[in-house]
Amino acid sequence: MLGRTANSIFWMFRYLERAENTARLLEAGFRMALTRGADAANEEWRSVIVTLGERAEYEALHGEYAGAQVCNFVLRDKENPQNVLGMIEAARANARSARTSITAEVWEAVNEAWMMLSELLDRPVREASLGNVLATIRREATLVRGATYGSMLRNEIYHFARAGTFLERADNTARILDVKYYLLLPSLAYVGSSLDTGQWDTVLRSLSAERAYRWLNAGRMDPRGIAEFLILDRRFPRSLAFCYDALRGNLGALAELHHDRGECHALMREADRKLCQATIDSIFDKGLHEFLTAFISENQAIATAISDDYRFIA
Amino acid sequence: MRQADGSIRPAYRDYVSWLDEQDPALMRRKSREAEQFFRRTGITFNVYGDDDAEERLIPFDMVPRIITGGEWRRLSRGIEQRVRALNAFMHDLYHRQEILRSGRIPLSLFKSNVAWLPQMVGFTPPGGVYTHIVGIDLVRTGPNEFMVLEDNARTPSGVSYMLENRETMMAMFPELFAKIHVQPVSDYPRRLAKSLAACAPDAASDKPVVAVLTPGIYNSAYFEHAFLADQMGAELVEGSDLRVVDGRVQMRTTAGFQPIDVLYRRVDDDFLDPLTFNPQSMLGVPGIMDVYRSGGITIANAPGTGIADDKAIYSFMPEIVEFYTGEKPLLPNVPTWRCAEADSLAYVLDNIAELVVKEVHGSGGYGMLIGPTSSSREIAKFKDKLKARPDNYIAQPTLALSTVPIFTKAGLAPRHVDLRPFVLVSPNGVDITPGGLTRVALKKGSLVVNSSQGGGTKDSWVLED
Repeated sequence: MLGRTANSIFWMFRYLERAENTARLLEAGFRMALTRGADAANEEWRSVIVTLGERAEYEALHGEYAGAQVCNFVLRDKENPQNVLGMIEAARANARSARTSITAEVWEAVNEAWMMLSELLDRPVREASLGNVLATIRREATLVRGATYGSMLRNEIYHFARAGTFLERADNTARILDVKYYLLLPSLAYVGSSLDTGQWDTVLRSLSAERAYRWLNAGRMDPRGIAEFLILDRRFPRSLAFCYDALRGNLGALAELHHDRGECHALMREADRKLCQATIDSIFDKGLHEFLTAFISENQAIATAISDDYRFIA
Repeated sequence: MRQADGSIRPAYRDYVSWLDEQDPALMRRKSREAEQFFRRTGITFNVYGDDDAEERLIPFDMVPRIITGGEWRRLSRGIEQRVRALNAFMHDLYHRQEILRSGRIPLSLFKSNVAWLPQMVGFTPPGGVYTHIVGIDLVRTGPNEFMVLEDNARTPSGVSYMLENRETMMAMFPELFAKIHVQPVSDYPRRLAKSLAACAPDAASDKPVVAVLTPGIYNSAYFEHAFLADQMGAELVEGSDLRVVDGRVQMRTTAGFQPIDVLYRRVDDDFLDPLTFNPQSMLGVPGIMDVYRSGGITIANAPGTGIADDKAIYSFMPEIVEFYTGEKPLLPNVPTWRCAEADSLAYVLDNIAELVVKEVHGSGGYGMLIGPTSSSREIAKFKDKLKARPDNYIAQPTLALSTVPIFTKAGLAPRHVDLRPFVLVSPNGVDITPGGLTRVALKKGSLVVNSSQGGGTKDSWVLED
């Protein structure tokens, strides 16, 4: 397939995944705002913006972290180059330029997602409709993923699509975990307090992991256990270990199809080794933040290597 | 649909009897469904310079345009004759130029033609084919008479609408197709792939690699480019994907460069090769013309074929057909006055209110005057333009476009139509898909059917006998 098309497919799925995760993050913030006092809610909205890495952009425009303002900034504000509607538009533009490489089902799913969200986000989102907007983003992204899974040939194109999805998802999970951990624990005195517990609950909600975690841990909230779950549990589809199992599979399939391994495979092997050897104790000993920072930058290096190895750009 | 005496034409008899049984409210709902279908599948075209509607739908009308098998056979013979003549004409123009020497067409006409490419002189494209994909625009002027309105020999578009219109009709009215037997059009992409492969250069392997070259997603016909590549199983490439490597045009794939044998290009000549033509263009491939001339690639349609779609050349098509086939043309032209000729100019100026005046190199319904629907001020202005540059214009009578009904809120109403059948040419022969694109003027009384001017499309049926 064309390098340019591989690039489009890879980014189409990265943008969709990013839009979906951003919606999850907003949803967690929204829930906090509904269940806690105004101060806590503002803190939570601020943490949403910090997690997305958009603090400077936001504060340049707005003074305080009010819910409606944050939501509109994240979802649709043209002043925010990373707004969700923009991600959906980018996903669709990439789908359009790779139109011949995706099935009609995948194209229609992404085209419909774009049509629906363009309409929903045409005007500022009111609080009453926020829940619906966020659910629509998640649902539409899920439909594209389902169409991809159910209709695409398991060829090179599919593996670039999935590689994009899992790289992006691993990045998003690592960022959420990192920022939340720092931001939500103003001091160690909070550990184990009800505030702390509520905050970890948001971390889980940001990743749609709260039910799975509760089910596995009989309702106990403990930062170490949650970090272990989100980093190392291979059963949870948004954990780093799960994403890397999948990514390894996709890169392995690409190597087989090309009868050749590249830099991305070498980096993947190294990342796998680290993740396999890590225990939650070793991670905490070294420092969770240090571990996650290193992970995010290695993840980025794999993405760059994929782009180079497969000639995404001339 | 109706004959001069008001009775239903034979081709429409079964359709009309079906239509009479339909609930009008249901039909209106179907019409809205069709629009949603087009929107969802992204069957759109872009309008340049129109920010508001970057992607627009071409309005689709549900009443098919119907042609009998017998009518089609006559038409096909005429089209085939014309297309063979077109190819022979182009070969001659780029080689011995006998038609010019014989004086059958004036040298002046040919000299002023901007579509003429000196780079093609003395070169014969692989298989001797110049125009691989042709669209011949026809109008019906009588019960048994079709006339050619225009030859589109460079990059005719609209074939994706022919195919999608049929899909839409079949999805909406399956019972209709069970009742009336319509010749299928759905194998056009397969025929196109086969026809293109048959034109591969000597350098090609047994299984020639075909690719479609598009200017990109902002081009007005991008949907069609993607659609055709998809249906043929060919790569859809942009200039930035291509490079000349080892004397071949190659595409950058995830596994390295891979040669292309046949390039179905949907970019204009001028943008094809910045080393040969417009140096500013990023749409083409530097050096492709050298590869082409040395037999390393087939370009479809061949560069320089625009010479045959010029409206001044068009007016000589009857002479051209006769010169190369030795036969009378089976399909007449619409009578055309060449304003470059003093007598014709005088006639056109005197009768302009009844005529359509077109720019010789214009396309898409731009730069034309439709006498009967123009104000006296518009006419006066156009007359000045005509007098200033008579050789830039031709004129035709307006009576030529026949009508076919469309659905309107108030029921069926007649509108003007034309028909563009799609023709494939390879060394193996001329292949015409039974059907084509019917374009329809949606405004009452309008003669302009171009999509860029708000025209719509219809499914076109050729009946089985």
